[in-house]
Amino acid sequence: MTLPAAPTDFTLAEARDAVRARKISSRDLTEAFIAAVEDARPLNAFVTETPERALAMAKASDARIARGEAGPLEGLPLAIKDLFCTRGVRTTAGSNILSNFVPPYESTVTQNLWDAGAVMLGKTNMDEFAMGSSNETSHFGPVFNPHRSRALNAKLVPGGSSGGSAAAVSGSFCLAATGTDTGGSIRQPAAVSGIVGLKPTYGRCSRYGIVAFASSLDQAGPMTRTVRDAAILLRAMASVDPRDSTSVDLPVPDYEAALEAGVKGLRIGIPKEYRIDGAPPEIDALWSKGAEWLKAQGAEIVEVSLLHTIYALPTYYIVAPAEASSNLARYDGVRFGHRTAHAHDITELYEKSRAEGFGAEVQRRILIGTYVLSSGYYDAYYLRAQKLRSLIARDFTQAFESCDVLLTPATPGPAFAVGEKTADPVSMYLNDVFTVTVNLAGLPGLSVPAGTTQDGLPLGLQIIGKAFDEATVLRAGRAVELAANFTARPMPWWRAA
Amino acid sequence: MSVDKDTVRRIAKLARLALDEGRVEPMARELNGIMAWVAQLDEVDVEGVAPMTSVVAQSLKMRADEVTEGGTADALMENAPGGEDHFFVVPKVVE
Repeated sequence: MTLPAAPTDFTLAEARDAVRARKISSRDLTEAFIAAVEDARPLNAFVTETPERALAMAKASDARIARGEAGPLEGLPLAIKDLFCTRGVRTTAGSNILSNFVPPYESTVTQNLWDAGAVMLGKTNMDEFAMGSSNETSHFGPVFNPHRSRALNAKLVPGGSSGGSAAAVSGSFCLAATGTDTGGSIRQPAAVSGIVGLKPTYGRCSRYGIVAFASSLDQAGPMTRTVRDAAILLRAMASVDPRDSTSVDLPVPDYEAALEAGVKGLRIGIPKEYRIDGAPPEIDALWSKGAEWLKAQGAEIVEVSLLHTIYALPTYYIVAPAEASSNLARYDGVRFGHRTAHAHDITELYEKSRAEGFGAEVQRRILIGTYVLSSGYYDAYYLRAQKLRSLIARDFTQAFESCDVLLTPATPGPAFAVGEKTADPVSMYLNDVFTVTVNLAGLPGLSVPAGTTQDGLPLGLQIIGKAFDEATVLRAGRAVELAANFTARPMPWWRAA
Repeated sequence: MSVDKDTVRRIAKLARLALDEGRVEPMARELNGIMAWVAQLDEVDVEGVAPMTSVVAQSLKMRADEVTEGGTADALMENAPGGEDHFFVVPKVVE
């Protein structure tokens, strides 16, 4: 194996193999990433850096490696979305209301990673309570995409809500990162930041200790530079958990082992409803190219129909705010989180703590959720939306009768400029048009970098699979990755000259 | 159906969110924009369709009714913005 020029250029798999073979120590690897994280501060990808903890974890890893006790992710530095509770390390969910919250417990997903030997570099920035598609709703300010357009000088968003994780992986400030995806929050930022993002099947990863947004949609997943890395990280993140009754008691396969099996004979569904008016021609062109790549590798292309696709986003904007308004009722200024200094009675304590603690988009969604659940409106909105959800899920079940996975675009366009879409909530919501269906149906979806716009901005393709068939999704994703040969790397414009 | 200013005030009260009077009108406008867009769901015939109640085919797991965790009062109080001993302190509730 040849070592890359800098340790930060390793993929997760390469770093794992190099550490295991003792070609580099976890300490040296970790120090290189700590320096990269510091260097990248102008991008605002991290809310909290944890260099001391990282070095202590690296030291422990090197000791375990010396004893021959290395875990699957031994000594590998990762970034953690600031939605995962980490014991003793502030966890903010990108919100002012949790800006002083230090969890006394650990999320199951992060515990699984530490048990596998991983090293924590810090907590990544995100849209407040994961509500957003651009990382601009964060209390800690926007994150900037490491990629920039060749045509204009503007700073671009990294997508959202896992924008800090996407930027950190894209810019090589960590080997890989965790994300969460409620309507596209892993796959959309992955696509516009030129990395791989996987939302697993609902129930594959435990939600315990992940700050809740919309509990029937939320799912954690890996954000990585390669499909292989996503396979490695998902295996370590996934588990059945007595603390999450919706986590599923199914064995976690060795996703990496099945990765190179190829797509010969695989049936790839192309859902015609994903061809939307107003999408840039390069999205359609990339999608066609993706189908040709898979066909050339022996897959069979099948046209399928997902009839209710256009209703997915409006359905989501009933279901998700309804669940959010309920989940976010716990932030009351009493037991944890921000408390107003200006309350005269208990009602004022609630109302002002929440008004001061929540940002504009979160307040908007709490109000929508409260409205659609309020007396007299429940049937017209929430119940109708849950019926639509059944129809959307049924579309997928029927489509999978004639294909094994689906191929779609990941986003309706590339990264956009900071501030470009903040004025109109609905135009921002449309970023998730291709990803949100998957959450409503609980299925796995993978975004793979597959090409660029003519100005050099990354674009992704999405592979959607059957429930708990991440192995086939990753295998098809690997085939796309091989054919696309995506090599666009960001220029480090953020470094001091 | 449109969201008027009184509705915004009512749901803000239900959601326990203090809303400055100056923000009521813009919020009504934003919510109307979103709800008008959501209204396209009305064109779908959902007669006889069962609402989704479980995301993946799985019945809710049961476990023995026994204490598995607890006794962590100190940890629970660590983040309390107003706390004395093992009590959360709030403004006077009963006159």
